[in-house]
Amino acid sequence: MAAGLQQLGKPKTRLGKRLAPYLLVMPGGLWLLVFFLIPIFFMLSVSLQTGNLEEGFTMTWHFHRYVEVFQQYRPQFVRSFAFGTIATAITLVVAYPLAYWIAFHGGRHKTTFLFLLLLPFFVSFVIRTLAWQFILSDDGILFGTLKSWHILPQSFHVLATRTAVISGIAYNFLPFMALPLYVSLERIDRRVVEAASDLYANKKDVFLRVIFPLSIPGVFPAVGDYVNASILGGTNTTMIGNIIQLEFLQNFHYPVAAALSFILMGVLLIGIFIYARVLGARSIEEYV
Amino acid sequence: MSDYPDPRVPMDPALLRGLTQRRLSRRDALKYAGVGAGSLGLAAFLSACGVKGTQSKASPTPSTFDFTKIYGNGTPAGTLNFANWEDYIDVNSKGNSPSLALFTKQTGIKVNYKTVINDNDPFLAKIIPVLQAGQDTGYDLIVITNGGSIERLIRLGYLTPLDHKSLPDWDANADPKVKNPNYDPGNKYTAVWQSGFTGIGYNSKVIKTPPTSFKDLLNPAYKGKVGMFGNNQDLPCPALNSMGFDIDKSTPDQWRQAAAAVTQAKDAGIIRSFYDQSYINALENGDTVITQAWSGDVFIASASKDFGGDGFPEMKFVFPQEGPIYWHDNMAIPLHAQHPVDAITYMNFVYKPDIAGMMADFIWYVTPVPAAKDYVLNTLKDPTVANSPLIFPTAEDLASAKQYKVFKSTQEEDDWNGVWQPVYNS
Repeated sequence: MAAGLQQLGKPKTRLGKRLAPYLLVMPGGLWLLVFFLIPIFFMLSVSLQTGNLEEGFTMTWHFHRYVEVFQQYRPQFVRSFAFGTIATAITLVVAYPLAYWIAFHGGRHKTTFLFLLLLPFFVSFVIRTLAWQFILSDDGILFGTLKSWHILPQSFHVLATRTAVISGIAYNFLPFMALPLYVSLERIDRRVVEAASDLYANKKDVFLRVIFPLSIPGVFPAVGDYVNASILGGTNTTMIGNIIQLEFLQNFHYPVAAALSFILMGVLLIGIFIYARVLGARSIEEYV
Repeated sequence: MSDYPDPRVPMDPALLRGLTQRRLSRRDALKYAGVGAGSLGLAAFLSACGVKGTQSKASPTPSTFDFTKIYGNGTPAGTLNFANWEDYIDVNSKGNSPSLALFTKQTGIKVNYKTVINDNDPFLAKIIPVLQAGQDTGYDLIVITNGGSIERLIRLGYLTPLDHKSLPDWDANADPKVKNPNYDPGNKYTAVWQSGFTGIGYNSKVIKTPPTSFKDLLNPAYKGKVGMFGNNQDLPCPALNSMGFDIDKSTPDQWRQAAAAVTQAKDAGIIRSFYDQSYINALENGDTVITQAWSGDVFIASASKDFGGDGFPEMKFVFPQEGPIYWHDNMAIPLHAQHPVDAITYMNFVYKPDIAGMMADFIWYVTPVPAAKDYVLNTLKDPTVANSPLIFPTAEDLASAKQYKVFKSTQEEDDWNGVWQPVYNS
């Protein structure tokens, strides 16, 4: 009886075993299909159509649009990548020591420090940026006071400059840099660090040749951000995100907005791919 | 005014609007999903995603129109879903609107008042796909500015024609200045909610000689402290007007000429930034000392805190000598609205002088009912509001006022944007 049951049960288990990975991946896969792939295809389609809101948009396979919109908005593309790169560099410099300290010296309060790092995220992105607008205003609580003490000249201002926009991006994206850095630093096998010391590496070499190469995660340059540029920026600080918003919401040029989004996405994907290949974090096994 | 403690906490109004905004995107998602499911193969799929035009659906002209099709026998349904902007109706200390309460008491129509409109274009971007799908937006009455947005809805045929038989108070009390506007001849689709002026705001502590013209904004003496509007009406129209060009008849050459003048000031670092509604914060914070401004905002900024303002008495508004720009926020009934009779009943209701007075005493923009002044002065006893030329403008100011540009076609609008957007969006 027991043997019979086992025999009946066996093929079932095998089928279940074979299906299990697919079943497990299905919810996520369906999610991606419905909320990512279908909208992406729709956007791709729209980017190749011509027309306007009144007459409707029809598919004309207008591939040349990609060249047109890139040429039209080249300054904003270039500026976005420049701002994104500088902001990423600033964030890296600020976030690395922070993440390093939490991972190696945080002790039993690690969770508290991580929570503190995340705390500003409980307030909306836009509201935090607006708060900076208030703090950094020309005669505001910060600069107004410094100006009245004659520490700063009257004409000094930060708002409506490139510095303000880049700093805003760096500030807003700091946790996105710090958290992955923390994870990869935390993950480093302490025995590898000990082994380096045992092999007569000094502290500097341990860091530069062991910890650092193992910790650099993927970086996410905030190239598509438009909130900082519109709240903290001035003239000549418009980023490509602002242009996409303008073309979509104000001009109702859906194809132009879609093509710009695709160009942005494409360039970012290529960038991330190259980065992952050249600089991406590797585990210790890959170095062996 | 003193009866109504000010709900305008010192918080950015744009922020407040943002917090109260609702999203309408589920329908699109369903529509797109439906398109996806029905297509075979990528190419077929891509081609099938076309967005349908609307010209065939344009509304018939109201003159030959059978209004009973829309308004039936004129019996209200008892509900009105009203989409408006933040801070754009009278509010008492409990956060309720006395005028809306009075409307419900008199007509039995319950009003669902929603402050969901934060900006014209994003709101249009939300409702247009719904209207395109031939569905009800969920609103019976919306408030949309002229100068592109309301004209777009009219051109697309997305508004319900108004039956003027139901608008006797509008007929009797509306200011002739807001009747038969250039953007909606004959008021076929719209009635003005409130209007305002685009002029110049300045900080009189810093600037001792009052500015007189838009050209004063280009003065190198104010380098880095000048604010301008970053939209396709409030920047271009005053610029064209200050150069003596007729806004409506101006040619693309004249647009480029005016745009070049502004660009020159931008490149010289005179203009600090091109602002949205946040320009008033920039002026109050001292980021700018002279700026393009809307009349009502400057009135609010300059009024004392006890009175419900922001308490910056040094903020002043001037009507430029070449004439201010007079713009209008318009009530309209979207196509497929569920309760058109209730909507048009309310539209008429706000043109009663006492109701218009109640609202004008709180909103502080320009009411379309001049007779409301008596009510504010004699019944509400609020001479500060009643005698302010920013709220009840003088005949001279109205005579010199110009209107926003009306685009004759999508092509003209695109050409105009092509000249001006690179100026304020660079």
